[in-house]
Amino acid sequence: PDADGRYGLGRAALVDEIAAWDVDVLPDGRGLPEGSGDVFTGEEVFAEKCASCHGDFAEGVDNWPVLAGGFDTLGDKDPVKTVGSYWPHLSTAWDYIHRSMPFGEAGTLTADETYAIVAYILYSNDLVDDEFELSHENFTAFEMHNKNGFVVDDRSELEYAQWRKEPCMENCKDSVEITMRATFLDVTPEGGGDSVM
Amino acid sequence: MDDIFKSRTSRRAFLRGSAAAVAGSVAGTAAASEPDPLITELQDWASYTGVGVDETPYGLPIRFEADVVRRNVEWLTASPISSINFTPIHALDGTITPQGCAFERHHSGAIELSKEDYRLMINGLVDQPLVFTYEDLERFPRENHVYFCECAANTGMEWAGAQLNGVQFTHGMIHNMEYTGVPLRTLLNEAGLNAAGELSDKWVYVEGADASSNGRSIPMEKALDDVLVAFKANGEALRMEHGYPVRLVVPGWEGNMWVKWIRRIEVVDAAVESREETSKYTDVYEDGTARKWTWVMDAKSVVTSPSPQKPITHGKGPLVISGLAWSGHGRITRVDVSKDGGINWETARLGKQGDTKALTRFYLDTEWDGSPMLLQSRAMDETGYVQPTKDQLREQRGENSVYHNNCIQTWYVNAEGIAENVEVS
Repeated sequence: PDADGRYGLGRAALVDEIAAWDVDVLPDGRGLPEGSGDVFTGEEVFAEKCASCHGDFAEGVDNWPVLAGGFDTLGDKDPVKTVGSYWPHLSTAWDYIHRSMPFGEAGTLTADETYAIVAYILYSNDLVDDEFELSHENFTAFEMHNKNGFVVDDRSELEYAQWRKEPCMENCKDSVEITMRATFLDVTPEGGGDSVM
Repeated sequence: MDDIFKSRTSRRAFLRGSAAAVAGSVAGTAAASEPDPLITELQDWASYTGVGVDETPYGLPIRFEADVVRRNVEWLTASPISSINFTPIHALDGTITPQGCAFERHHSGAIELSKEDYRLMINGLVDQPLVFTYEDLERFPRENHVYFCECAANTGMEWAGAQLNGVQFTHGMIHNMEYTGVPLRTLLNEAGLNAAGELSDKWVYVEGADASSNGRSIPMEKALDDVLVAFKANGEALRMEHGYPVRLVVPGWEGNMWVKWIRRIEVVDAAVESREETSKYTDVYEDGTARKWTWVMDAKSVVTSPSPQKPITHGKGPLVISGLAWSGHGRITRVDVSKDGGINWETARLGKQGDTKALTRFYLDTEWDGSPMLLQSRAMDETGYVQPTKDQLREQRGENSVYHNNCIQTWYVNAEGIAENVEVS
């Protein structure tokens, strides 16, 4: 290696190569390409490319993810975590849809189609009206419902401090009772499950 | 019996011990009334020949071990393409996971990417964005390390109660391999980090070559510490389903961040807050707020035998209680085992000194008197952290956090030796 510890391996990445692979979008909108799409267009694209799994209204089909609804259920016994109810940043929706959807045909959506689909998902969540058009210019002005719903990992203060102490070894409780049994639910696959070879 | 073997400190003690052991085995074992034909009759394998050395260029386990395989639980996910399967940890011993039955978790399937087609890009806040071929990566100085990779969702189905009846299903989203690779810091240095300026608030965003991409943000401090860009596991190339030809190894941190088929590393001045760190891999509390960036996997353990898939079939007498312990914070220093549901604990024996952020095997060699047991294990790591009960975790987090369930597991073993997944008070 040289004085900086470099081995001289690899070669310079070209501008076109970086542009092809670096398509991530940050919460502040950096990475968004120029373009726009409205709810009406989004409904058409969604019906064609998304609704077979996610439902006509982004409500989800069978076990496939629900993209709309579930507002104010996050503290419930069974929270419904959707783009509308849970996701903190709109950038994530744009980025993920553009890069990894439709499932099985990822990377095929144009920037305008992606803007339109995202606009339609916002509409499905009752967060915009049917006249709404999303573009790279108004993108960051949109505030998600649950943008303040996240805290950075605080286990070290809330948990580690109290769980780092010598544990009890003898007579740690008076009695023990079984309170729940997996065999009552009986959801384990027969014969230990289908083997995946 | 234990005492006898421990006292073999001299030839005299050894002889005395041997005699006692023989006497003990006579007393403790049913005497044979008829000679055993497996001994007295000539067996085929002792007379005919076995298969030649050219029969199996790359072998699989003998057919009698056919149950030691990955298993799926279909109802867990919408599609087997974005899904999980489970390592048969009930049947394994030691610490190294055989790659062929090590669990898989994909978000858009296991892709086939040749070394010839492989490219790794480093871009963003670097002095010189670079492209590496696979061949380039093998020319950097390498390191070897054993680490566990545990899915953040391991044991996640058990938050609200005892659900799946087998340690493969409750704890099998884990594997432990010896990796060979290049430290990520070596590659970052090759691209140069001066352009990034102050490093303490910088991140690397890593993504895979697959359709899901699985992009995750990793703070620079971790990236420059012990993260590996790995191309070998347990001595050979990575398996296709584990990221062939190159994956990220992020010691101690949730498996989702171990990006497979890694194609790009970007130095950024903020977390990308991708789908896999907002919608997923965030942990919802009881009040509806959620933790993000819960990267480390806390200390955890489980008894793998006896367990629901591994009942006691030999009756009373000597019993090996065996299990695994691990911690994302460092080495496992101690594992305690309880047979009465946590009233009393005995300290188990570690199979060998624990490696940092790696699976550690423990054993409690005991005598079973045939009465029912409530088996539990409790890991401690080098930071002094003691594995909590599920009730302790639920008191902190509620039941909906999905990920990071490192609770103490209980198996109820009945008088017949059958084990069952239960919760206890």
